[in-house]
Amino acid sequence: MLYFARWKIVLILVVIVAGFLATLPNFIDKETLEKNWPSWLPSQQLVLGLDLQGGAYLLFEVDKQDYQTKQLENLSSEIRRVLRQSPRIGYTGLAAQADSVQVRIRDTDKISEAEGRLAELVNPLQTSLLGGAPVNEFALDVSSVGLARFTFTEDGLDRRISGIVNQSIEVIRNRIDELGTTEPSIQRQGFDRILVEAPGEDDPERLKRLIGETAQLSFHLVDSRMTGEQALQARPPAGSKVLYSADDPPIPYVIESAAMVEGDDLVDAQTGFDQQTNEPLVTFRFNTSGAQKFGLVTQQNVGRPFAIVLDDHVISAPVIREAILGGSGQISGNFTVEGANDLAILLRAGALPARLNVLEERTVGAGLGADSVEAGKIASLVGAAAVVIFMFAVYGLFGLFANLALFVNVALVFGALSFLGATLTLPGIAGIVLTIGMAVDANVLIFERIKEEMRLGRSAINAIDAGFSRALGTILDANITTLIAAVILFYLGSGPIKGFSVTLAIGIVTTVFSAFTFTRFLVAQWVRMRRPSHIPI
Amino acid sequence: MRLLKIIPDTTNIHFMQHRKWTFPFSVILIVGSLALFLVSGLNLGIDFKGGTLIEFTTKDGPADIPEIRNRLDDLNFGDVQVQEFGAPNEVLVRIERQQGDDQAQQRVVALVKEEFGDTVEYQRTEVVGPRVSGELAQAGTIAVIASLMAVLIYIWFRFEWQFALGAIIALMHDVILTIGMFSVLRLDFSLSSIAAILTIVGYSLNDTVVVYDRIRENLRKYKKKPLAELLDLSINQTLSRTTMTSVTTLLALLSLYFLGGEVLRSFTFAMIWGIIVGTYSSIFIAAPVLILLNLRPGKDTESGGLPPVSSEDKAAAA
Repeated sequence: MLYFARWKIVLILVVIVAGFLATLPNFIDKETLEKNWPSWLPSQQLVLGLDLQGGAYLLFEVDKQDYQTKQLENLSSEIRRVLRQSPRIGYTGLAAQADSVQVRIRDTDKISEAEGRLAELVNPLQTSLLGGAPVNEFALDVSSVGLARFTFTEDGLDRRISGIVNQSIEVIRNRIDELGTTEPSIQRQGFDRILVEAPGEDDPERLKRLIGETAQLSFHLVDSRMTGEQALQARPPAGSKVLYSADDPPIPYVIESAAMVEGDDLVDAQTGFDQQTNEPLVTFRFNTSGAQKFGLVTQQNVGRPFAIVLDDHVISAPVIREAILGGSGQISGNFTVEGANDLAILLRAGALPARLNVLEERTVGAGLGADSVEAGKIASLVGAAAVVIFMFAVYGLFGLFANLALFVNVALVFGALSFLGATLTLPGIAGIVLTIGMAVDANVLIFERIKEEMRLGRSAINAIDAGFSRALGTILDANITTLIAAVILFYLGSGPIKGFSVTLAIGIVTTVFSAFTFTRFLVAQWVRMRRPSHIPI
Repeated sequence: MRLLKIIPDTTNIHFMQHRKWTFPFSVILIVGSLALFLVSGLNLGIDFKGGTLIEFTTKDGPADIPEIRNRLDDLNFGDVQVQEFGAPNEVLVRIERQQGDDQAQQRVVALVKEEFGDTVEYQRTEVVGPRVSGELAQAGTIAVIASLMAVLIYIWFRFEWQFALGAIIALMHDVILTIGMFSVLRLDFSLSSIAAILTIVGYSLNDTVVVYDRIRENLRKYKKKPLAELLDLSINQTLSRTTMTSVTTLLALLSLYFLGGEVLRSFTFAMIWGIIVGTYSSIFIAAPVLILLNLRPGKDTESGGLPPVSSEDKAAAA
């Protein structure tokens, strides 16, 4: 136990030096690291969790219900369209329910023809290269009496939601990048959720506003056959609908359901100021096809008002004074500067394919984070000092060995955390402090065992040898069980708890190494130099 | 060289004798904890119950808690808890989960911010919707049960089944008493409390395994020694290690408790409690329970008042 092969000594020293080197960057300021740091040295610093550096953690979920409702609405108008194509097929009772649309074909002779037309609407979804059978978004069921019913297929819906999540992540990334927040992390969680972590962002409201808006922009002609009030009392004319403005109280507008141009055709949006009133506004530019469509419609409808609609709210409804052929325009609507800026960001980043709901939200102010780091530092230092003094008082020279091992251990923990790019959270700091307390346990086991062996009458060197070898099994058993708990915690825990389990697990591994290898190495050197006949333990 | 000695080198305490009162004592505590848990339950935090937590500091002088409570009550959020948090101008507000879906929770923060405006500075806001909290509660329960199972399997693999069962009994003892402590003190039971419980599981197990390891070793060494005596011997042999480790761990945790900041305090408190309970259970529950489990059938006499470990055993060992 006390003999070390040369390669083993080298290996031990290499591990320790590597640990110290990996810890080193944490004591160097960022600027030096970037400019004057030798490239062969590790330069990765510990990543502080949101609870330590402040920031916002938001968990979103795709609003499946909202998506389904919208899809069914579209499907209804498609059904109307295909059945009205000449030769018309008579139908009645076209209605969307919670998760289906049904329609009754009046002409019983034409049921099979109607089925043929409707079958085109099942919306086959692109399958992946190896994806097997194609999947339709809807299942169509036509009964012999002519009742046709579309329902979502489970596979189709799953695939859709999955696509929506991926697309949304892209859109969210674009939007947050525009905010200039440092290194936001946006990732899928589970099947239909998106986790956004934005360090340094302590105004989650703005973040939520930016992400929560689907930002589906469209331009519609205002239907002048009826005023908003009239439409509310009766029914809006076929092909039109009532939407409200975002004013207080909201003003109803009757607009044509079909859009003149949609937000997909936008290529740019910027904030600007009205030259007369100096109010903030948003200017935008269409791509070629958008510019053509917009130009055509405005040319034909000079003098009529049109509505700019964002997420089912009318932002403004200006009158078309002349044909707008250049493909650019502006939106003014009582914006604040921040409001105009946010709208421009939303328009530039594109629309979310579906609404996202916030499920969980946690924000920590930067001040509290800094306080926590400070408190954690002090607590660790004081805790470590107490343990070190205590160990020295109880074990003397051997306590000193254990303390050196503890020092190496802490360096290894920090080194491993920095190297792995692990995130240090507040519970993670607790894990480190706990490791400091428990790290000496392995040494205590060894020392107590050595004492016992001495009492049994063994010689000093014999006792040390036996102490180490007999304690090994116990140390392994005791630490593996704790490691099991830490690993399970890592897999089942979330957020900060994960941080805790990571430090705990790393702490266990480094503890076994530093106690069993490094302390043993120190003791072996001491034995070789002093050839002791008595052990001062 | 040696300045301090907490435990004499050789002790000879008849721990097994004490099981006459430690067993009933622990059973009473366990039954009490379970009863309390069933009757009044845990003071579940927003992680598991859903709701809103807001921590803020008042800008002009110490916070007027009753006034803040009144203003929040006027907003009709239902159950609202307001407490001082660490310093006189720091306030922690907990608002119960609002009726309705996840969106309903989102309005709370906005309304609170509207009410207090710029007079306070927000340190922390957490909003957990009903669905996430349900999932977190489930994951937490699974985590505790899964780790107990995994550990059971490991010990079973390494020791005889009586040890595995004994370790699990000791662990359940610690977990139940910790839950009881949360219940009695009405401490906020959150995700970090689950982490604390799992750490306690790890620590207590560590302790138990060290004692068991020694028992196993002694079982091989002293084939004829009565079990109670052998257990006493094993615990005495590991006593100074048990104490030392408890002390160093407690030193670190106490430093964290007093200096680590308010957010970690209940987490650390639970762990301190767990270390104490865990140490107690390794000595007074995990080891004596092996007698009940008939670890060495037939060879044991059911008695505590045996003569002290004789010198011939020592001679035999040497």
